[in-house]
Amino acid sequence: MIAYVLRVLAKSAVTLFAIVTVTFIATRLSGNPIETFLGEGLTTEGREELIRYFQLDRSLWEQYLAFLRGVLSGEFGLSFVDRRPVTQVVAERLWPSAQLLLSSIALTLAVSLPLGVLAAVYRKSWVGSAVMVVAFAGYAVPNFILAIVMMLVFSYWLNWLPVVGNGSFAHFIMPTIAMSGVLIAALTRFTRNAMLDVLGQDFIRTARAKGLSELRVVLRHGLGNAGVTVISVIGLQFAGLAAAGSVVVESIFSWPGIGQLLVNAAIIRDYPVLQFGVIAVAIAVVAINAVTDIAYALADPRIRLAKA
Amino acid sequence: MTPLPAETPVLSVRDLSIAFGSHAAVRGLSFDIHRGETLALVGESGSGKSATALSILRLIEREGGRICGGSIRLGGRDPAEVTSLAPAALRALRGNRIAMVFQEPMTSLNPVMTIGRQLQEALAQHRGLKGTAARDAARDALDRVKVPEPERRLSQYPHELSGGLRQRVMIAMALLCEPEVLIADEPTTALDVTTQAEILKLIAALQEDMGMAVLFITHDLGVVAEIADRVVVMKDGQKVEEGWTADLFRRPKAAYTRELMAASPRLGEGAPASLVDPDPVLKVTGLTTTYGGGLFSRKAAVAAVSDVSIELGRGETLGLVGESGCGKSTLARSIMRLVTPAAGEVELLGARIDGLSRAELKPYRAHMQMVFQDPYASLNPRLTVRDIVTEPALLHGMITHGGRQEMAADLLARVGLQEDAAERYPHQFSGGQRQRICIARALSVRPQIIVADEAVSALDVSNARRVTDLMAEIQQREGVSFLFISHDIAVVERVSHRIAVMLRGQIVETGPTDRILNDPKHPYTQKLLSAVPRHDHVRPAERPARSQLVLV
Repeated sequence: MIAYVLRVLAKSAVTLFAIVTVTFIATRLSGNPIETFLGEGLTTEGREELIRYFQLDRSLWEQYLAFLRGVLSGEFGLSFVDRRPVTQVVAERLWPSAQLLLSSIALTLAVSLPLGVLAAVYRKSWVGSAVMVVAFAGYAVPNFILAIVMMLVFSYWLNWLPVVGNGSFAHFIMPTIAMSGVLIAALTRFTRNAMLDVLGQDFIRTARAKGLSELRVVLRHGLGNAGVTVISVIGLQFAGLAAAGSVVVESIFSWPGIGQLLVNAAIIRDYPVLQFGVIAVAIAVVAINAVTDIAYALADPRIRLAKA
Repeated sequence: MTPLPAETPVLSVRDLSIAFGSHAAVRGLSFDIHRGETLALVGESGSGKSATALSILRLIEREGGRICGGSIRLGGRDPAEVTSLAPAALRALRGNRIAMVFQEPMTSLNPVMTIGRQLQEALAQHRGLKGTAARDAARDALDRVKVPEPERRLSQYPHELSGGLRQRVMIAMALLCEPEVLIADEPTTALDVTTQAEILKLIAALQEDMGMAVLFITHDLGVVAEIADRVVVMKDGQKVEEGWTADLFRRPKAAYTRELMAASPRLGEGAPASLVDPDPVLKVTGLTTTYGGGLFSRKAAVAAVSDVSIELGRGETLGLVGESGCGKSTLARSIMRLVTPAAGEVELLGARIDGLSRAELKPYRAHMQMVFQDPYASLNPRLTVRDIVTEPALLHGMITHGGRQEMAADLLARVGLQEDAAERYPHQFSGGQRQRICIARALSVRPQIIVADEAVSALDVSNARRVTDLMAEIQQREGVSFLFISHDIAVVERVSHRIAVMLRGQIVETGPTDRILNDPKHPYTQKLLSAVPRHDHVRPAERPARSQLVLV
């Protein structure tokens, strides 16, 4: 098991290196930042000083090596905007984003696992059909539409929930639902299919022949096995949520998280912030994947023992 | 008029009818089982045996069927009518008074739970045992079915055990609560002969100890002879004959029983005589194939086939026998170059084909064709039979698209299928018919050699018989050589001129079929032969129940 964990970590490190490199290349391909954000009023001397300061006069290769050195030593430079270290700028945004992500993951699991199991067990009755119809509908609604409709109904008309910000529990409700909506739909369908697959297997019949209660057969033997399949896709979904979902939802709800920061940084070409922000999200994504891989191995002894 | 023991039966089935949708699977079936007795329920696939077994536990509803008439009465201490029990009372019965062992030990245990927990679960359910007491009871149960190192097994997962051990675990699980009735649904069909012999012996010994009634479901008459006191023969959901095992084997009354017996392979029925000096078509020398041990592997390479030399003559069938995992299939695949051997020479029709590149090998591929074990998985479900059987010929450029129809008609006629089969799809055929399609496909490129890898193992006796007969006929007519791979020696005897016995990647003995069967030299061959169930070894009738026979 330890060998397996080490291998997962090694794979994660390689992935991160690739992401760091791609991030560097992508930001250099998108135009000169000095022009965009320093504006017209700058003198020639001032411009050259800035170019030297941000080392934009060096060759790309030298810039890349300097960038890598910075990554390894934790030096990511200063924000173009307020000249503070980007690590500090990003760190402030980390916790609000993490809170929103974790509450979305919790909501997704709490809703879609039971719904998926219900839909599988009652696949032939109206309960199963109803769950699947709702799941289908949920899958078809993009998160920004869900967010805007919720704002309209619950904040503007009913005045029950605050529109923007992250001050209280009430602030979490709409962003969390907007983040998890599509995922709940997808994971419910996936859990149902995995359960249907497992419930048709021989060992389920064995469990029933033992005289176990149906609840135990479904949860212990059914979900115990379907869970393995579900975990294998969950990681990727949550990683996607961390990367893409947060950008849209945080922007709409003015959630002071990384997603919002990244959008703003991209608009004004604040390279250092953008670079480190993307790397921070990448670390989160890779970390979620690594945790998933390890959870997968814990849930399925065949993987644990084969790879250990 | 069937003689029955005087004692009241433990389980009494009367006029049982079971249906799947509108299809009647079982009609008016009646039988009794008594304490300490083994009743065999015999029939081909689709005869309703398994539906009957599942109905006794009332698991049939879960498989999409329903009981539409009759009664299933459990006698003994606390009589109960199974067909009308409430769910909670049924659960109290299952695994406690009636227990079941299933056919497929590889898939019948939960892969993500330890053996110990799966056993303890049943103990908690029916005996209220928890913690150390449950663990001790589980260990004792494994000990009782002679699982070596029971303590260690408790914390192992199913995939760490062999098929034979898993089936022992299944039996241990079924016997945990000392049931009055044990239903064993083809419990040894998925196992090797030697493992099968051990499991049969185990069930008989446990029955002796615990005095339970056993309902043993099988399609294998050899197994019936070995284990059953009485036999019920089923066909198309109906009982066609019932009687004491010895009587039934001596004087089968129903025509269907006689048919079934004639189709069952049994050792010593006679093999084709060896050919005198046939031209060699295939010569394999010192073939070794290894798995693993690559550049990045930490484990050493394992030789699945090591230093094997065999010869196959024109028009000859060489039977390759051995247990699962002995390397039979790897040997076949290495000869066909579906896997690349590590060493050795393969000579096909006088030309060396080892070491040839894929392109160089292609013309030779037409000379060797393969028929696989699973006729359900080896045919593309989206192609018509016409396209399936003519595809190899098309790939080898032997025919054009326009010639497919004609060729398909010819091939299908040669394997005894109707011409209109060409336009249909694989799912519209039975297992036996599909295997004929596979053979037709192999014949399409006029091969010299057909490698049949467990080609009849998935078929029931009558269909297996028809397919082996077809192979013999094709051999007579077209002079094809067969490499016939099987774990079932009785089937191998029927078709093979010579036999090669394989053990752990090596050929331990080879010779003419008669010689191998009558005078085996290698201890492993002897062991293999003694494990084969024989119809003449009918279990002696000796138990007290039998001495108080009455006629009904």
